[in-house]
Amino acid sequence: MQANTRSIYMLPYYIWIVLFVIAPVVLVGYYSFFDVDGNLTLQNYRTFFTPTYLQMTISSFWYAFLVTLFSLLVAYPAAYLLTRTKHRQLWILLIILPTWINLLLKTYAFIGIFGTYGPINALLGTLGFGEQQLLFNASSFVFVSVYIFIPFMILPIYNALEEMNPTLVSAARDLGASGWMTFRRVILPLTMAGVKSGCMAVFIPSLSLFMITRLIAGNKVITLGTAIEQHFLVTQDWGMGSTVAVVLIIAMAVIMILSGGFGKEVRHD
Amino acid sequence: MKTLTRMFLSIIVVALILMYTASRLNVSEGYSSGNTLTIYNWGDYIDPDILDQFQKETGITVIYQTFDSNEAMLTKIEQGGTTFDVAIPSDYAISKMREENLLIPLDHSKLPNLKNIDPKFMNQSFDPNNKYSAPYFWGTVGIVYNPKLAQGIKFDSWDDLWDTKLRNNVLLTDGAREVIGMSLNSLGYSLNDTNEQHLQQALTKLKKLTPNVKAIVGDEIKMLLANNEAAAGLVFSGDASEIMDQNADLDFVVPKEGTNLWFDNMVIPKTAANVDAAHKFINFMLDPKIAEQNTEYVGYSTPNAKALKLLPEDISSDERFYPPQELTDKLEVYDNLGKKMLVHYNELFLQFKMNK
Repeated sequence: MQANTRSIYMLPYYIWIVLFVIAPVVLVGYYSFFDVDGNLTLQNYRTFFTPTYLQMTISSFWYAFLVTLFSLLVAYPAAYLLTRTKHRQLWILLIILPTWINLLLKTYAFIGIFGTYGPINALLGTLGFGEQQLLFNASSFVFVSVYIFIPFMILPIYNALEEMNPTLVSAARDLGASGWMTFRRVILPLTMAGVKSGCMAVFIPSLSLFMITRLIAGNKVITLGTAIEQHFLVTQDWGMGSTVAVVLIIAMAVIMILSGGFGKEVRHD
Repeated sequence: MKTLTRMFLSIIVVALILMYTASRLNVSEGYSSGNTLTIYNWGDYIDPDILDQFQKETGITVIYQTFDSNEAMLTKIEQGGTTFDVAIPSDYAISKMREENLLIPLDHSKLPNLKNIDPKFMNQSFDPNNKYSAPYFWGTVGIVYNPKLAQGIKFDSWDDLWDTKLRNNVLLTDGAREVIGMSLNSLGYSLNDTNEQHLQQALTKLKKLTPNVKAIVGDEIKMLLANNEAAAGLVFSGDASEIMDQNADLDFVVPKEGTNLWFDNMVIPKTAANVDAAHKFINFMLDPKIAEQNTEYVGYSTPNAKALKLLPEDISSDERFYPPQELTDKLEVYDNLGKKMLVHYNELFLQFKMNK
């Protein structure tokens, strides 16, 4: 009886998973085997392994890596300082606050800020550096992406640091470990789970970024997300768009497995 | 458990009631009042005063709704459940709607004013013999430039965009047909060319443009050009007039090799509820005086020959928006090249974008 009730309670979740997780993935996989005219074909996968798409894949991974790296470099110290500040709740609120604003709006704001006649260039001009082109290049793309993703990196690391028993740090220092050694041997291993989930939360969505590539990078950075957008909205070549999506899904699954995202849950049970 | 079941049941009941009410509302909106006309048009693309005049003259109540892209309009009409009587899509969208049987043929006997349209804007490839559509406005693709930043370049030829003085100073519209079409035109080919050799030549030529390209952007191009973010940009003439309204320093030019000719035409979707009123409205819009008033308000180029004569001299003689005959002859509508070719164009465009 109890098992029965339990499965009834689970029903909405099962329906949800089937409708909104499994069905879309299956559909994407299904569409990837059709060409524009609706014929069953493997041509899409063959097209994917041509220089154009491979180069695009490499550049997607490279920029996703850069975005994750810089997010981590900024987020770790920030999360660490956060655990030692007085008004923690206020600071956390300030970090979360920007995520309440629409992504498109934030991106548009950067067009104004980075523009030739924007405030940053005005400042650079006053300081005598002259006018710089800040918009439409790879560094502005990475900067804006890092800005957008950083809360998702800070929060898991902050949580991991919070959960860590502070006496362990004192013990390490008592036993003669230097500051660096304490960090490397005690703090970092104990917060690794937070770092991992932070990296995952940043790397995976940044693999398929598309809007920022046009608005901030002016299509000077081309990622797989750009290709998917183009195939679904412009050419209506759903097959090719789905193929790119399938490759991305597989790549993400591989990353999850390699970084131990799945293994951990098994241990929990 | 019991409360849960009860909750589920009540939610389902409420949902069913809402569904029923919604469908009733839809029915009453579409069919109860016989004399309404629903127009589906781009935002800010008609003089509101004209709608008032139409209501006064015919006694038909006008419901006016807007869309912001052909794709959005297409999806909404395809899905059904709407009762748009008149819609104003662009050329390629009309050709698509025609293929998908989404349009009702126009009854030309109810449109005596159709004769006011300049014959050169009739019978285009997207709608032979104007069976389904009547021209509303037309335009071109050209170059908006800032004479102060362009260092004396006049942009009378597409090749001027390749000028080494414009390094990192050109903005392009993010559209495969527009950019590849421009390259084809600059080589003297048709912008509907499907010859692989010509397309490869166009791509090779585009790759040489890369050092000059500052960015390939969407609608933001208007804002960026108006803010003097670049010396020149490839844009639609409609966008150009908007940009020049915002920044008077800028100028627009249609290069001599020819370019795209685009149309926004009036059509009657299959879902129309009041076909008779739709014809009345289309005929009303084709009236020379009304078309003239509308052209002054919207600022695009009118295909109405009689309205053009009524327009003030400074508008009708503006060669940027009403190019001289020998240039107009070189303008081409984007033919529907088929999905396969469109994919190929986009593939080439992607290769150009990835060129470093």
